[in-house]
Amino acid sequence: MDEPLATRRTVLAAIGGAGLALAVRPAQATPETMKSAIRQVVGEAAVKPGRIKLDLPPLVENGNTVAMAVTVDSPMTANDHVKAIHVFTEKNPQPNVISAKLGPRAGKAEIQTRVRLADTETVVAICEMSDGSFWSNTVDVIITLGACLEDPI
Amino acid sequence: MAARTLINVPPKAKRGEVIQIKTLISHIMETGFRHDNVGKPIPRDIITSFVCTYNGETIFEASLYQAIAANPFITFHTVATESGTLAFKWTGDNGFVQEASAKITVG
Repeated sequence: MDEPLATRRTVLAAIGGAGLALAVRPAQATPETMKSAIRQVVGEAAVKPGRIKLDLPPLVENGNTVAMAVTVDSPMTANDHVKAIHVFTEKNPQPNVISAKLGPRAGKAEIQTRVRLADTETVVAICEMSDGSFWSNTVDVIITLGACLEDPI
Repeated sequence: MAARTLINVPPKAKRGEVIQIKTLISHIMETGFRHDNVGKPIPRDIITSFVCTYNGETIFEASLYQAIAANPFITFHTVATESGTLAFKWTGDNGFVQEASAKITVG
């Protein structure tokens, strides 16, 4: 009698192999993907440091929820206001964090939220002013337990 | 599935005063990068956009990504111009839409 085409053992091994292949973790974003994500937002404009302040704790125990505040130094008048605030990360699987649109009716250019950080990394906040200029602030954060990549049990 | 929302808007404000608005919504914000216990990817399920309107005029909007923590909490500011309603709308994957509103009296 011929050998069966697929024995129980080979089938199980194949399933196990497929499972392992699926379990391969997604590639982290690299500083290059962050740069290209920033380029998509700012285009060819120059991004200068200053005017915007990104507030993140320097040492974070759990990357799943990190309180973040972004403040821009702006009078928020009709002629001089912040149009948008964008935040990017360097090593999260996906570089974008949040893109907020503001206007003169905001009164104060400050937003707060809670973010996920996958690894010890650099976070960049960029603001777009009504005159078309872009300003940035970069903060390094140390993460002990990263978010995103660990699987639920 | 209806999500629970928590909105914090001062009920009264002086005209021209800058008020802080805090919003919180219950949502899993599943990134799509994780796998379940048999190695199957868990599909992405996040809130992608948040809009706040003040008497019909959009005063704040944000695009959210996977890097926003579960139960998105967003704080922003606006100038209290007139009495009325602040309406909030979250939209996301799988046809997720949630709306909420808050009244403000400006005197």
